[in-house]
Amino acid sequence: MSLLEIDRVGLRFGGIVALDGVSFAVERGQICGLIGPNGAGKTTLFNCVTRHYTPDEGTITYDGRDILTVEPHEVIGLGIARTFQNLGLFELMTVRDNVLVGAHHRMTATNFVTAPLRLPGVRAEERRVRADVDALLDRLDLTAVADRPAQGLPLGTLKRVELARALASQPRLLLLDEPANGLNHAEVEELQDVVLRLREDFDLTVLVVEHHMAFVMSISDAVVCLNFGQEIASGTPDEIRQDPAVIEAYLGPDT
Amino acid sequence: MTWRERLRDPTTQRWLRIAVFVAMLGIALWAPFYFTPFRVFQFTRVLIFAIAVLGLGLLTGFNGQISLGHGAFFAIGAYTAAALMEKAGWPFLLVVPVALLITFALGYGVGIPALRLHGLYLALVTLALAVVTPPILKRFSGITGGAMGLNIDIPQAPAWTGLAEDQFLYLLALVAAIAAFALARNLVDSRTGRAMIAIREDELAAETMGVDLARVKTLAFAWSAMYAGLAGVLFTWTIGFVSPESFTITLSISILAALVVGGLGSIWGALLGAAFLVYLPSVADDLNQAAPGIAFGALLIIAMYVFPGGIAGLARRLWGRLLAPPRAPAPATAGASTEEGGEP
Repeated sequence: MSLLEIDRVGLRFGGIVALDGVSFAVERGQICGLIGPNGAGKTTLFNCVTRHYTPDEGTITYDGRDILTVEPHEVIGLGIARTFQNLGLFELMTVRDNVLVGAHHRMTATNFVTAPLRLPGVRAEERRVRADVDALLDRLDLTAVADRPAQGLPLGTLKRVELARALASQPRLLLLDEPANGLNHAEVEELQDVVLRLREDFDLTVLVVEHHMAFVMSISDAVVCLNFGQEIASGTPDEIRQDPAVIEAYLGPDT
Repeated sequence: MTWRERLRDPTTQRWLRIAVFVAMLGIALWAPFYFTPFRVFQFTRVLIFAIAVLGLGLLTGFNGQISLGHGAFFAIGAYTAAALMEKAGWPFLLVVPVALLITFALGYGVGIPALRLHGLYLALVTLALAVVTPPILKRFSGITGGAMGLNIDIPQAPAWTGLAEDQFLYLLALVAAIAAFALARNLVDSRTGRAMIAIREDELAAETMGVDLARVKTLAFAWSAMYAGLAGVLFTWTIGFVSPESFTITLSISILAALVVGGLGSIWGALLGAAFLVYLPSVADDLNQAAPGIAFGALLIIAMYVFPGGIAGLARRLWGRLLAPPRAPAPATAGASTEEGGEP
């Protein structure tokens, strides 16, 4: 059974068809690339998986479970974490606090009653999670900036902070929305390494939206291409590279 | 190690914090036995006001929900205490849990419609709350004493303590304030506090990270209102009289003004802002007897101009400048050279 199954998902905003019967599956341990021109519906699909949009039709199944029945804030508890296209960091919080928010759903002993009283359970939980987070910060080269506010740090650093925050939730499925966007050549290469190594070490399945073709083709096991809300091709990177429909979508029809 | 490095060291900073706290506690305990009853009464007012400001700070500063109606919760706390002590003859300490529960529940109730309102709209709705409170208090005169208000007996210190009335009230307010500040600090510095701040910064991202927006926002409102309610109880104890005129819209606005002057998003800012707002009128009176309101307003504007981040923000900036190495750039980040980034 695939980890994530998108089955005939459709979504309209007024007269605009954002997603039109999209179906594909992401296998366990796979890195799946999701490509397509701007407005193809890639981020919309992400937002359906994280429950911020509800599809008008179709089903989304994660690990054999219909996720359209859960609340948006419960998605991360299922093991689905994401990053955002234009960064969704908490700018005035420190890097460490940003990453700690990623562990929010795991810290069930702390609430509005136990936190003010700082009960022993709260302290133990905080200590445990802080140790995890410090290890993650170290892993992603963020220790030096851990106590600085996110605001004002270089984009490459912020992308790693977002990645660390997502990993702090201990996900099984990681959704990356244009992780290479705005990075320079060296940073993109470094990011490839990081994603591949993280998949190994954390046993991740990754669905990645990306415009940077070299990046997505080099890390993906499978690629799905959307255009105008429809799936126009899927296959291995090599197949996609030569697919006439994909070439047409990106370069326009051959007239 | 230079003295700057030594100050930056986390262990040193922790000891510094403890030292400052002990020194402040010492001064706070010594003050009522040194100053005149009038001064002590002023300190008491600062402490009470600070609790209400801190409550609003949790909501507005940390959670990003604005309220122009906290005077209403303050009033309800005050009237709950007055009615239970005067009409039902309860001992003064027993009214505290009841007033806290009532204001907590009311805050939770107001927090529910607030889920659908943001920014100015929420400000407007809570403003309405502050506006309707005095007329409502006048209306239910059976409990509230109507326009005449209620007189209560000011709590007296047990004889064995030998404390004067002003000293006793001050110490009650001090204990309440220390508890309120300690609880708020613990809350803010926890998973729940981080969730509150995350919501202020970016609701969508917070929700994606697993924060239950509705739950955190309503409970933040409830806690915040409960703080205002506690301040109201202390108000009743110290003044010995409540009337609708004590809880007009001016009170709500003063609480917000103190919060902003003290510094949004700072626990200690609440105390500084409260002190500022309590002492400002007397300074304004000295400046211009004829129109104290104008001097008051002008001083408030100047204060915001001089320290836009509030007094706490100013203090933090100065401290940061003190610690920063002279004329050197901020410490380099790992791999900073490759991170000039941006669009190629």
